[in-house]
Amino acid sequence: MTPDTGGFRAEVRDWLCAHVPAGPLPPVDTAEGFARHRAWERELAAAGLSVISWPPRYGGRGASLREWLVFEEEYYAAAAPVRVGQNGLFLLAPTLMRHGTAEQCDRLLPPMGRADEVWAQAWSEPEAGSDLAAVRASATRTEGGWLLSGTKTWSSRAAFADKAFGLFRSGPGRHDGLTYLLFGLRADGVTVLPIRQLGGETGFAEIFLDGVFVPDEDVVGSPGDGWRIAMSTAGDERGLSLRSPGRFSAAAARLVELWRRAGGAEADSLRDRVVDAWIGAQAYRLHTFATADRIAAGGTLGAEASLGKVFWSELDVALHETALDLLGPRAELRDGEEGRWLDGYLFSLAGPIYAGTNEIQRTVIAERLLGLPR
Amino acid sequence: MMFTRSAEQQQFASSLHDLLAAADVPGAARRWADGDHSPGLALWRKLAGLGVTALAVPARSGGLGASWLDVVVACEELGHHAMPGPVAESAAAVPELIAALADERLSARWLPGLAAGDLIATLALPPWLPYAADADAAGLVLLAGPGAVRLATAGTRHRSVDPARSLWQARGNEVLAQGAAAAGAVARAREAGTLACAAQLLGAGRALLGASVSHAGRRSQFGRPIGSFQAVKHQLADVAIGLEFARPLLDAAASTLAPRDVSAAKVACTGAAQRAARAALQVHGAIGYTQEHDLHLWLTKVRALAGGWGSQAEHRARVMAAIADGSLAWN
Repeated sequence: MTPDTGGFRAEVRDWLCAHVPAGPLPPVDTAEGFARHRAWERELAAAGLSVISWPPRYGGRGASLREWLVFEEEYYAAAAPVRVGQNGLFLLAPTLMRHGTAEQCDRLLPPMGRADEVWAQAWSEPEAGSDLAAVRASATRTEGGWLLSGTKTWSSRAAFADKAFGLFRSGPGRHDGLTYLLFGLRADGVTVLPIRQLGGETGFAEIFLDGVFVPDEDVVGSPGDGWRIAMSTAGDERGLSLRSPGRFSAAAARLVELWRRAGGAEADSLRDRVVDAWIGAQAYRLHTFATADRIAAGGTLGAEASLGKVFWSELDVALHETALDLLGPRAELRDGEEGRWLDGYLFSLAGPIYAGTNEIQRTVIAERLLGLPR
Repeated sequence: MMFTRSAEQQQFASSLHDLLAAADVPGAARRWADGDHSPGLALWRKLAGLGVTALAVPARSGGLGASWLDVVVACEELGHHAMPGPVAESAAAVPELIAALADERLSARWLPGLAAGDLIATLALPPWLPYAADADAAGLVLLAGPGAVRLATAGTRHRSVDPARSLWQARGNEVLAQGAAAAGAVARAREAGTLACAAQLLGAGRALLGASVSHAGRRSQFGRPIGSFQAVKHQLADVAIGLEFARPLLDAAASTLAPRDVSAAKVACTGAAQRAARAALQVHGAIGYTQEHDLHLWLTKVRALAGGWGSQAEHRARVMAAIADGSLAWN
């Protein structure tokens, strides 16, 4: 069942084995951790491994989807650092390649791939969460560009990132009055207020915009076309690019190892949950490779992405809950090996919420895939 | 390897679907439940015409020597239509058992008939299959133990939760094979039958989802179709997710027939089908809780097959045995 990817897997494995930092880096959502993760991204980029699926002109190597999936498997198996640039790499980059101009791609993608510019997402607002089309932050026409005003919130990575992308209201229409814009997080009129997440780190921020100037060259697509473009980004996020199976395969393998070492009555009572987590990870992996084959053969990923989003996010929570139950009284420890499981667990809890809550996804599945009435 | 089904396999599934959709399988299942096998056996011959019964039989014995994925595709469609009779036994396990015994005499005696659809076979394989299903409709009954494979006759009859299925004690007679050769062949047959059963479950689950979606779109309460209520939508979305992620495990198991993969597929397909059954009954409401409605044919078949060919606990134990030995390679 191992996908045929020649020596690519071995190349990635060898490089990671030689370069992945021995211990975990400081948390990515701290100033020091962010800098260390940025440095790691530069090391990856120098080895030609940061954005393998991108075209060579932007710093990639034009790798196939299958090769990308293999890279991800090796990356997670090696317990390599979290990708600090993932919002840009996996959400904005596919959007630029599909909807941006050649000039935007040439200007923005290479520094993104080298982590010289790290991007944050700026979708949600205090009054626009699941109902994303309700955004109020405005883009007002001005000489040569737009002036942004309003509040964005729950912006992942925004506390330390360089730039952000998001939707702004440029006209009255609920969907056709939205424009997709890029802005600098240190531009005049921008105030970033870090928000501590459940785990204590400032992984979120609130962004206040007060007449922030954005030149026309930083509009993605046409003004008023933002909703369609953002939905295609959301499709990428829910689909293959956000959560590759490597995360769950690696975690499931570690869970089985944890179970094996635990032994005793505790382990006996948790055996079935460990097995189900392993089976779930295997199912997601096989399903993703099948999807990659379908896309390589010219197929597309639409509302089907919602099936995967619910599946992996619930698998992730169940898998980490099982690990914590195995750890028993040691599960609350924030340091050592236990702390890594706890970090993974806290991270997993966000999965059913971001990228469209699982309730939104289930409604999409019911209406668009099953054809149930609205 | 490829991770998707071929165009030929999809075409095969769709031909089977067309044949079964036009054939009033629920009517045949009801007659089967009343002890009249004739419409079901007529259907069996039609399926033989499309090659279903020959798939698992080697070409040198008059079969097609097809891949296990082909068998899975066929059994999934049979499950989709709640086909009565010993499907996993006759279309997968027994042909594999006899072929794996590699005894020319035994092969010549039964395989051509099985391939042609003239002979229907069933078996008991304790403790996984304590009874031989539908032995009264079968021309060949086997009792497969770890030590020996015997020809058997049907003993006491037991009723199944599935009215279109009867369970028979298998009384072993003539020994056909014993020792290591028999044990190896029985092990192969066990994987083949489990795989086919998992495929039937996935197919039945798909049918239950389809019936639920269609009912929820038609049935109105409070002045609107019940399918427009979020509580109904989300239940059925969960059913769709379960089925969607069981299928790749099933297809992977077909490509290896390894105990770990077959058991993972059986666990997932059983879980997905049971979830589909619970949701289907809930969405249909009281009418689904009757024998008047055809839904019961699928609901009861899922419950019968869920424990058949090894319990969930047994299959989870097999998966753990395979993955906990320290070799965690994702192959």
